[in-house]
Amino acid sequence: MDNSLLSVLIWLPIFAGAFVILLGNERANTARWVSVIVSVLVFIMSLSLYTEFDSTTHLMQFEEKSSWISQFNIYYHLGVDGISMPLIILTTFSTILVVVAGWEVIQTRPAHYMAAFLMMEGLIIGVFAALDAILFYAFWEASLIPMLLIIGVWGGDNRVYAAIKFFLYTFLGSVFMLVSLIYMYNKGGSFSILDMHNLSLTTVEQAWIFWAFFMAFAVKVPMFPVHTWLPDAHVQAPTGGSVILAAIMLKMGGYGFFRFSLPITPDASLEFSEVVIILSLIAIVYIGFVALVQRDMKKLIAYSSISHMGFVTLGVFALFLAYQPGAAEGALLGLEGAMVQMISHGFISAAMFLVVGVLYDRLHSREISTYGGVINSMPRFTGFAVLFAMANAGLPGTSGFVGEFMVILGAVQANIWYAVLAATTLIVGAAYTLWMVKRVFWGAITNPEVETLSDLNAREFGIMAVLAIAVIAMGLYPQPVIDVMHVSIEHLLNQALTSKL
Amino acid sequence: MSNSFTFDISTLSAAMPEIFLLSAIVVVLLLDLFLTKQFKQATYYLTQLSLLVTGLLAFNLIDEPQAIIFGGSFIMDNMASVFKVFMAGATMVALVYTRHYLIQHSLFRGEYFTLVLLSVLGMMVMVSGYSLLTLYLGLEILSLSLYTLIAIARERAGAVEAALKYFVLGAIASGLLLYGMSMIYGISGSLNINEIANFASSSTLDSREALITNFGLVFLVIGIAFKLGAVPFHNWVPDVYQGSPTSVTMFLSTVPKIAAVAMLVRILVDGLGAMQPYWSDLFMVLAILSIALGSVVALMQTNIKRMLAYSTISHIGFIMLGFVTGVITGYGAAVFYVLVYVLMSLAAFGMIILLNKQGFEADQISDFKGLSKHSPWFALMMLVIMLSMAGVPPFIGFYSKLFILQQVVSAGFVTIAVIAVIFAVISAYYYLQVIKSMYFEDADKEVAVTAPMDMQLVLSINAVLILVVGLFPDFWMKLSISLF
Repeated sequence: MDNSLLSVLIWLPIFAGAFVILLGNERANTARWVSVIVSVLVFIMSLSLYTEFDSTTHLMQFEEKSSWISQFNIYYHLGVDGISMPLIILTTFSTILVVVAGWEVIQTRPAHYMAAFLMMEGLIIGVFAALDAILFYAFWEASLIPMLLIIGVWGGDNRVYAAIKFFLYTFLGSVFMLVSLIYMYNKGGSFSILDMHNLSLTTVEQAWIFWAFFMAFAVKVPMFPVHTWLPDAHVQAPTGGSVILAAIMLKMGGYGFFRFSLPITPDASLEFSEVVIILSLIAIVYIGFVALVQRDMKKLIAYSSISHMGFVTLGVFALFLAYQPGAAEGALLGLEGAMVQMISHGFISAAMFLVVGVLYDRLHSREISTYGGVINSMPRFTGFAVLFAMANAGLPGTSGFVGEFMVILGAVQANIWYAVLAATTLIVGAAYTLWMVKRVFWGAITNPEVETLSDLNAREFGIMAVLAIAVIAMGLYPQPVIDVMHVSIEHLLNQALTSKL
Repeated sequence: MSNSFTFDISTLSAAMPEIFLLSAIVVVLLLDLFLTKQFKQATYYLTQLSLLVTGLLAFNLIDEPQAIIFGGSFIMDNMASVFKVFMAGATMVALVYTRHYLIQHSLFRGEYFTLVLLSVLGMMVMVSGYSLLTLYLGLEILSLSLYTLIAIARERAGAVEAALKYFVLGAIASGLLLYGMSMIYGISGSLNINEIANFASSSTLDSREALITNFGLVFLVIGIAFKLGAVPFHNWVPDVYQGSPTSVTMFLSTVPKIAAVAMLVRILVDGLGAMQPYWSDLFMVLAILSIALGSVVALMQTNIKRMLAYSTISHIGFIMLGFVTGVITGYGAAVFYVLVYVLMSLAAFGMIILLNKQGFEADQISDFKGLSKHSPWFALMMLVIMLSMAGVPPFIGFYSKLFILQQVVSAGFVTIAVIAVIFAVISAYYYLQVIKSMYFEDADKEVAVTAPMDMQLVLSINAVLILVVGLFPDFWMKLSISLF
């Protein structure tokens, strides 16, 4: 296909970000308008990825390829399939939200704030669209830079610690991926990800490469026990930073498992699948309990994120146990469930962090105990908040239910006990979410300041409404999303089940 | 020596850059004597002009057929010419930054520029040296000029100490190098690189000859490691970097590294290439130690010049890894790395000088506090420089590490590559400290940029190049490999 849509999606926000920096903080309003116009424009353009998408093939679409560093056979090679396309649209969608959400809240250096999010949008789209390993790696690392600054400049009291921890953790994870990419290049003579899919590797090589990838992606997801950067980063980041972090950056890890681990090291993935499953279950159950005892709302949601992302890794790696010859449905359900879960978590976690953001903007506290009886002064807001909380708890009819249900169905095929453990999250998740709702929104007003809270303004109402629609639409009718990814996932399943030995 | 010393005037064109530079030095030196105070700036402009012409003359020689002149002691090949162009260019950039520094600290004297030109001449002789003697000669011209340059700020207690330390340790290194050279000369019967190569690769080396060659080799490696500042011969680096006037630190941490790598190539690759298995083992140890120590010790520094000194040590480790591979592309990777390093290091020291004010050295990391508020542009530039040094894409520092790592993995040393990247992550922490100061902390005092426009412009271009070359590194990689 001869067009450069993906390039435009990547570079338009980056150059727009540079332009916004040049505008400077003095012209903050212009900067805001430019940012929102660009992000809406990018979103609209990204929709044509969906409308023009051919969901009958697993082959890469909207491909672009030109030589970049010929010394190493590195190409500027972009393309999307049913796995990456929905994630790109999720990215463009979330960026609008954070740009609008930061509208009047961010008063210190507003232009730089907007620019950081625009640039990050371009870089993350690059991560999902890159088909060359070095191009992928460059985008992957580069996307850390704006996030580092967002946390460090606009974050809370302990932002420096959180920002540096975030950067070093993820940097450490990914350098091992770099070494294994180089190793495969030396073996196969190509940095193309699709060539790497076909590269034959011995058991030992696969094991090393698998763990190198695992370091990179598990940190990003994040999986137990390398999750400790996330609560810090989330708590300290400004609302917009938390939204992007939870909604998109964590998905980069999940995407890595889909794009790299399964197809490149299928045998090692099979061999070590039980380890990953157990780590996922620990994340789901144990981290769920950890979330229960949090006093800080953002921390609670951060832990709940880890718990929910556990479903993604569970769904991915349960496929090896769920698969029986001739009956691929279980494995397929798990994988598709993982994808759906990633997208749904993108909506829900964004919504939850924005809910906290709304409260924080008013009282500058994230402590649950500060609040109580918010419904009395903010009834409309409470309506939305409860809806998102229900979705977070996995209420049927919301998007949170669909992905988790699919993954659990897949896990049943693998091992009934896995499914039982995973399903406990429906209880624990409901417990921590609803308990928080009870303490923050219901009850009598204990803090006199809560009485003075003003309900949502038009801007906030708009953001909440859009997210509410997304959450319910995904919950009631997820079929369009599943349709576009189905063939790609089937192909991936094939790759994962085909031994390379 | 087999070839007699013949002198043919027509061959001199191969040494045109050196001949011109030497004449220019004499002119600058004499002219400066007669300039009155208000025309002292003329020395600066004349120096820049001399370097420009020297660079152009060297550029002209690129792709000319290789020529070996002066009885086989001087070579003009693509590597020499390309290096000379880079050295002249880098020195010009350094001098733009230097002028601001010298004026701020009342050190502006004509001798400074003459000494810089002299050291450039020394380096050019080094990259073109094709006999051990020429190489040594170039090295000494360079070193003596540098010692004096450091001591030019004689009112500063640190500067004199640094000069003395550099001189004493540099003399020891030179002695070791000379000792190694004499061994090689004694056993091979020649100072000429070409003949040493023939000797070393001949299959008839008996055990005594091999032993003495190895013995000499060890001393040569130590001498070179000293000059490069590789661990465990690195102790002079932090003190000299910290004690010298920043403009001199900038100069001695950048351009001479190119010359040192050139000398390394001439002696170890061109001359003793046949002994590669022996010296590459030594290099591997030196490289890993340098990367490890450079990354870890820099963590505790609060003085940015000292921090950059350790960062240099770790970069030197990466450069040496390129030579461990023993293949042409590996050497190319090392050359690419050194050029990238010079680009980054110039910009980093340029930033330090940029923050200097009348009589005030901005050499603490904390001096960068709040820079992003007062000068968002230069804060962004410093961010680019630091991340590039840490090896974060898409900046050029990433591709130089990628190139080295690819070569190292390809040579079969996957473990070494893993160790190197782990330390690269550790080193990222101290680069982040600078970013932290600039972006996450507020200034205690006003940080205004008062540097003249020419410096601001050159520094901006310098830093932007780190990004732009990072996006399109192909040409430079190919160029680096083509030199071998």
